[in-house]
Amino acid sequence: MGAIACRGSESGDVHTEDGKGLSVGKVVLVTGVARHLGSRFVQTIRRQPGVDLVVGVDVQPSAHDLTGSPDTADLAEYTFVRADIRRPTVARVIAEHAVDTVVHLNVSTTMLGSTSRSTVKETNVIGTMQLLAAVQKAPSVQRLVVKSTTSVYGSAPRDPAVFQERMQPKTLPSGGFAKDAVEVEGYVRGFARRRPDVAVCVLRFANIVGPHADTPLNEYFSLPVLPTVLGYDPRLQFVHEDDAVEVLRLASVDPRRGTTNSGTFNVAGDGVLLLSQAARRLGRPTVPMLLPAVSWIAGLARQTRVLDFSPEQMRLLTHGRVVDTTHLRETFGYTPRYSTEAALADLGRSTRAGLLPPAEVARWTSRVAELLPIGRGDNG
Amino acid sequence: MSSARDQTGQAGVVGQVVGEAKVIPIGAGRAAAGAGGAGGRKLSAGKKPGKKADSPVALVPVAADAPEAAADAVAAPVARGRGFADSVAGAVGGALAGPLGGVAHRVFGKDWESRAAGGLDFLRRRLTGEYQVDEFGFDPELTEKVLLTAVRPIAEKYFRLDVRGAEHLPTEGGALVVANHSGVLPWDALMTQVAIHDHTPTQRHLRMLAADLVFVLPGVNELARKAGHTLACNEDAQRLLELGEIVGVWPEGFKGIGKPFADRYKLQRFGRGGFVSSALKAGVPIIPCSIMGAEETYPMIGNAKTLARLLGLPYVPITPTFPWLGPLGAVPLPTKWTIQFGEPIPTDSYPPEAADDPMLLFNLTDQVRETVQHTLYRLLVQRRSVFF
Repeated sequence: MGAIACRGSESGDVHTEDGKGLSVGKVVLVTGVARHLGSRFVQTIRRQPGVDLVVGVDVQPSAHDLTGSPDTADLAEYTFVRADIRRPTVARVIAEHAVDTVVHLNVSTTMLGSTSRSTVKETNVIGTMQLLAAVQKAPSVQRLVVKSTTSVYGSAPRDPAVFQERMQPKTLPSGGFAKDAVEVEGYVRGFARRRPDVAVCVLRFANIVGPHADTPLNEYFSLPVLPTVLGYDPRLQFVHEDDAVEVLRLASVDPRRGTTNSGTFNVAGDGVLLLSQAARRLGRPTVPMLLPAVSWIAGLARQTRVLDFSPEQMRLLTHGRVVDTTHLRETFGYTPRYSTEAALADLGRSTRAGLLPPAEVARWTSRVAELLPIGRGDNG
Repeated sequence: MSSARDQTGQAGVVGQVVGEAKVIPIGAGRAAAGAGGAGGRKLSAGKKPGKKADSPVALVPVAADAPEAAADAVAAPVARGRGFADSVAGAVGGALAGPLGGVAHRVFGKDWESRAAGGLDFLRRRLTGEYQVDEFGFDPELTEKVLLTAVRPIAEKYFRLDVRGAEHLPTEGGALVVANHSGVLPWDALMTQVAIHDHTPTQRHLRMLAADLVFVLPGVNELARKAGHTLACNEDAQRLLELGEIVGVWPEGFKGIGKPFADRYKLQRFGRGGFVSSALKAGVPIIPCSIMGAEETYPMIGNAKTLARLLGLPYVPITPTFPWLGPLGAVPLPTKWTIQFGEPIPTDSYPPEAADDPMLLFNLTDQVRETVQHTLYRLLVQRRSVFF
């Protein structure tokens, strides 16, 4: 039995809030609130009209202060429950608060404070199974939102250039987080068959970047020198964390008129950047190395905990991946505010300037251009 | 100094508005220590209005958002490196302006200055990453300025490419170019790309569907993506056609390009007709294309099959020069080439479900294949010699 720590609800008594939640507004359960995306989502969904109570579940409280601000007038109540979703405790939490919307964000590449691959896998897969089992038994739940990733498509040279939601990759990801995500999606499909009354939304996010996002790619781009794979220049797509939070918000409320928010959607900013291009825009020099050398360095960085860089991230940085977002824009009804370029630019603004800032490089070439005699000719 | 800073800020804003990225003179006040800094800036601001169209993107979003703050942020850490880089830039510019100018004038011709300025502009965009690629990784600027420029002399001077029937290529909208494949190395594909770019008034880019081997090889895959090519699969073909691109396909594949010299100009089987179904679904015309001259570039008299299997390649050619002369054997023979584009075969008159009718697919595939084959025979009869 997990210790339940209620923090923050200023009224103190959660159960009275519960009663109100049943009769008036929605009760949203969010897993993985300790992570940056989870914290931001909680802050956003609390401002959503019609939401009465937000229940955050994770093994540790968020680093951000989610409990509220002085003007709590139009903020929904927030309760944090310290629980491990790999254990059946979560079923009790759902029943106790009569949760009607479950937002499952605890599917990630890495775990806070743990680099053990088996723990990560267990949280992703067993955690999802436990959560889905609990949700299946809870008649109050009407909506399920699951965070997934575009890495379910894998990264391989023999795949189509642009993935749509319906496409199957030629070879399924053989391991790592991508395989977890494939399995998670499989369980979610099974759940959707067994509970057809629950609206299920699976969001496949491209690489989330942003000033504060704690994703591996974000960390990679903050290295002073970027190791790349010699002979490959992958196509990358980013989604800004603001867009990610907004898409999650839209997915967890009732769909707007003319849109559908149940189904599977690719979420990525418009446009594509090549890795070399992204590095130049951030002013980071690249060091192309042979594939085995890069793999070795990535392994070393993992062991020394400098950077948690998994083999499938390596594959992404070798072969790249691009998804089609027509479905998101036309069916789901959301166009990301940040394009891939703008998301990267925002990342660039927040990280330290690189060794070769583009503005400087531009100035050097302009300086040579200015001194060309063509200028003198015009002058004289 | 403060007035210089104000100027800087203003110039930055102006530069942002017109999109003339190079005008944003971060730290221009310091640069003024060099020869005629202020004058130079004015010149560059007033110079070449035509250039603006070339660089529609504003320089860096960093500068776009807060030019002042960015200037400060950049100035501090780079102050040390700046002196050196500045002096190099100054030395290069100064040398070109002074003693080397005369030499450059003689070597590169009269308008070398404007070309150098254009080149520097290009260099700046490349180095700062301010260019666009599409979702397939196609980099139009790199393709036009570097790749096609490198291949064009080979097409025009070495193979003396004769392009016929270019009027059959649409100036806009999708089309599927279907051609015969030959010559061990895919020179024919490169030449077709140059031909289509140079012989359409709108300078269209051919987007080729390439074998998966291309995307497995390091280096090659990177270039192929940047040149606009993608994997030969139905999804990509249809996506490109629906985007209104000219798509090129060589349906014979390795069977065609790796066939022995004795079988030259005998078309191999045209795959499973997947290309026809893509064209039918997108409703775009099919343009048969016959390439003559590629067959004789490397006369393949043998195939080292065991070695090929060991290396995982579809074939390892043995020609009169390869592998005996080593890398020299990889130089193609200077044959005379002809590329003939045929009458487009329209597909928009078929109903949408036609793509699922295998009989129709086979018939259309055969029709395209016969057209290419007969055009080849006709061209061969007219040909005077392999090399002239």
